[in-house]
Amino acid sequence: MAACARLTRALLVPGATLGGPRLPGLRWLSGSVGPGQAVYDVVVAGGGMVGTAMACALGHNVHFRDKKILLLEAGPNKVLGKLPATYSNRVSSITPGSATLLSSFGAWDHICNMRYKPFRRMQVWDACSEALIIFDKDDLDDMGYIVENDVIMSALAKQLDAVRDQVEVVYKSKVISYTWPGPFLDAETSPWVQITLANGRQLQTKLLIGADGHNSGVRRASGIQNVCWPYDQSAVVATLHLSEPTDNNVAWQRFLPSGPIALLPLSDTLSSLVWSTSHEHAAELVSMEEENFLDAINSAFWSDASHTDFIDSAGSVLQYAFTLLQPTNSSARQLPPSVAKVDPKSRTLFPLGMGHAVEYVRPRVALIGDAAHRVHPLAGQGVNMGFGDISSLVRHLSRAAFNGKDLGTDYGLCKQINALLPGHCFEE
Amino acid sequence: MTPWLFSDKGIMCLKSNNIIFAYSDKMKSYRYVGMRLYSTSKTVDPKEMKTFKALAYKWWDEQGAYAPLHSMNDLRVPFIRDNLLKTVTNHQLESPLSGMKILDVGCGGGLLCEPLGRLGALVTGIDPLNENIKTAQQHKSFDPVLDKRIQYNACSLEDIVEETVETFDAVVASEVVEHVNDLETFIQCCCQVLKPGGSLFITTINKTQLSYALGIIFAEQIAGIVPKGTHTWEKFVSPEELESLLEPNGFLVQTITGMLYNPFSGYWRWTENTSLNYAAHAIKSSAPVETEEHHTKTPGIDGQEASQK
Repeated sequence: MAACARLTRALLVPGATLGGPRLPGLRWLSGSVGPGQAVYDVVVAGGGMVGTAMACALGHNVHFRDKKILLLEAGPNKVLGKLPATYSNRVSSITPGSATLLSSFGAWDHICNMRYKPFRRMQVWDACSEALIIFDKDDLDDMGYIVENDVIMSALAKQLDAVRDQVEVVYKSKVISYTWPGPFLDAETSPWVQITLANGRQLQTKLLIGADGHNSGVRRASGIQNVCWPYDQSAVVATLHLSEPTDNNVAWQRFLPSGPIALLPLSDTLSSLVWSTSHEHAAELVSMEEENFLDAINSAFWSDASHTDFIDSAGSVLQYAFTLLQPTNSSARQLPPSVAKVDPKSRTLFPLGMGHAVEYVRPRVALIGDAAHRVHPLAGQGVNMGFGDISSLVRHLSRAAFNGKDLGTDYGLCKQINALLPGHCFEE
Repeated sequence: MTPWLFSDKGIMCLKSNNIIFAYSDKMKSYRYVGMRLYSTSKTVDPKEMKTFKALAYKWWDEQGAYAPLHSMNDLRVPFIRDNLLKTVTNHQLESPLSGMKILDVGCGGGLLCEPLGRLGALVTGIDPLNENIKTAQQHKSFDPVLDKRIQYNACSLEDIVEETVETFDAVVASEVVEHVNDLETFIQCCCQVLKPGGSLFITTINKTQLSYALGIIFAEQIAGIVPKGTHTWEKFVSPEELESLLEPNGFLVQTITGMLYNPFSGYWRWTENTSLNYAAHAIKSSAPVETEEHHTKTPGIDGQEASQK
């Protein structure tokens, strides 16, 4: 094989392309590849909600049945043996579109068998003025669902296990390096992506999908630029007990001067709090006494202390002008339920930031979920955008696989996907 | 970013949507590693081989000289796949061509063999040029699945006719018939290696004034989309001529459709107009193989009873 390789090398035109421009941050591969290293068709790095859902979607896809797929996750297997009685404090709002994706490979049924809460209305209003917006569907259909992240993970892990013949999963695996082939291949260079794990195992793959969160190692190793900045805010989450049971099918969000506070229904008596505020205030909220914490929440939703006369009168003048031009149904501002208790140990905080990768795909790499785009939780869209990435990437890969394409090459992947994204204007 | 750039070969190029229109008559500054002597073949033209030899290593550069052939896979792979699926009653979607034996004549660097192999077929790729076969072999060697499913041979079609009579479910001659010397012999050989009811897929260029203007003058000499000297207009084959050669030699023509290349986007699409490029699908009639002197046209054969394995 080495002799054949040398002969092929002799046929290469001198000066052809080996001195091309080097992309920054991209590590080159040199030297030959050991025989017998497993070559996977797709490796998904990162087993969070989005990474696991990606692996599931590919594993259940009919055109991928004879392909080798691998999921690498640094943490342990997340199947819940028994559903814990207490609710987790990390929840996500799942849109109907995401629910459709999850049901396409059978995970939604598991979620329905565990627990979830549909909501039918959303009221979003301001603390400093009367500004208010209400979302609902005409026939009061479910607008979305509040599901605990652990429940989603468990459902996905169960469905992943159902296709364990197609999708190999390695838990507790840490990746040390990712290496892409250079743009100009010679006879000895493997055209695949090389992955080295902490335990020394070496893998090769034709396509690497980075679903490893906003600090994505895949994104860093591939040299894709990331536009990011920290919001100077932390989100405080907690599980709250309502003062009295109610239908609880409304999601509430109020914009305070310090940041939005949201109450998401979990059951008839429980709601989840997401309060984005400054780092100092968040630290205060997490450490204060329970009654003070509950008072702070209730007054954040109920109090009009931030209103000023000036804004009130300006607002009512504007309102009057609008009703002259186009009379609309005025929606009366409703007040959310008051909270009486907080689950001990459910109060915690995490910092918020924004991130957006300049490219989502490059040859042999694709970014999905927070690795590609990280957003503020105020609109409840973070994981839904990740699921949206999955549904369009899987649709594209499925078609490419049915056409026998090499997944991950320019024609197989990049040209079509990059053209759809605003990021492609950053190329060149 | 200026649209014009000077590459390190001193060629002035217009960069537009990743297609480089190279204006240069100096593209052939390559070393020849010595011509191999081939046995006289009725179908292989030595002048054609010289042209392809120079570009043997460039097959797999998707933005390079063979970019239009890479993107032609978007049309020809589904064309082959779907027409072959019609002949099989039960197939699996994940490996639609599994169990099929396909011969790719003039496979070049294996651009078409690899997708067909990925779809499950056992592919034999033949090309008279040794360098092409080497490139193809080296490229597939990294993929363990393709390595097993595809085999390459540096030979011409006539060389293998005798040992592969009635072996293949399909023969693909894509962008090949406009390079062969004796088309009738070529077609007869294709017929011999096909199982009864097997399919022949041809893509080629029509012989019209338009194909001269666009295919030779524009594509080769002006825009450099196709390397200069690749095609000779006199050897282009019109669909009518192709049909008139296929029918008496044991084939029933099923489809002839036009293909159109957009040099700006780099994509191909199907079209009704066959005056430039076109694709043809013919089925070998199910009557047993006849010798050249006794060709009879068998009426009304339904090519549906086929070659399952």
